[in-house]
Amino acid sequence: MSAIQIIPINWYLLLSTVLFTIGVLGVLFRRNAIIIFMSIELMLNAINLLLVAFSSYLSDSKGQVFVFFIMAVAAAEVAVGLAILMMVYRNTKSTDINILNKLKW
Amino acid sequence: MITTYLFYFLSFLAIMFALMVVISKNPVHSVLYLVLTFFTIAGHYVLLNAQFLAVVHIIVYAGAIMVLFLFVIMLMNLNKETEPHKTPWLKFSAAIAAGLMLIVLVGSLKGAETIIATNPFNGNIGLIENLGQCLFKDFLLPFEVSSILLLVAMVGAVMLGKKSIK
Repeated sequence: MSAIQIIPINWYLLLSTVLFTIGVLGVLFRRNAIIIFMSIELMLNAINLLLVAFSSYLSDSKGQVFVFFIMAVAAAEVAVGLAILMMVYRNTKSTDINILNKLKW
Repeated sequence: MITTYLFYFLSFLAIMFALMVVISKNPVHSVLYLVLTFFTIAGHYVLLNAQFLAVVHIIVYAGAIMVLFLFVIMLMNLNKETEPHKTPWLKFSAAIAAGLMLIVLVGSLKGAETIIATNPFNGNIGLIENLGQCLFKDFLLPFEVSSILLLVAMVGAVMLGKKSIK
């Protein structure tokens, strides 16, 4: 028996909303740039979960193919982002985002 | 019946571990909790009949991306609680803002029209055969473009990681 026949889609909507909000909370709450990256990963995963849920409920495999593309984009984003972070750390000896406020204005 | 309990259990674990990612002081602990969150999300994929995606999720996220994070944290020697924290006032306002966002999202989704699972329900769409058919027929061009994206990301990461750029 699969989850699709038993659990209504609203539960998945609620779960991925909560996970997305926790990701937003992490971005707002912390000053360490690495933790902020991890929160962005959390948000991407909430969206992936919702895409998979809808694709399963509608019996359409296109949604799951989209999740593949999101994974590829996330991998590229993490590689470049962590390289930028390493360079920032090499120049400032810190990963505090408040040091990077020159981009603000 | 066991599926329902499994759903509640996995959801509870996912939310708990996600909160621990944000709360825990040590960045290494955050990474490990994030790996656990990804495992629970892979469990959800299995429940949703997306078996191949669950395996790929574990390999790509828990295997590759999180190892990258751990490497960077170890290279920067951040495994101590050295980071400065925000002022309590800012933390409080961040929590309030995120809570308000949760309320708005839940409120807007509450009125949405609910969909029912298609009948007859096709349990095979998550298998590798169907996904491959869809990926290499309907989405061939985006697939090739994403390979270029990965190449560009690799070149960019190597460029940025070099000691000095002349």
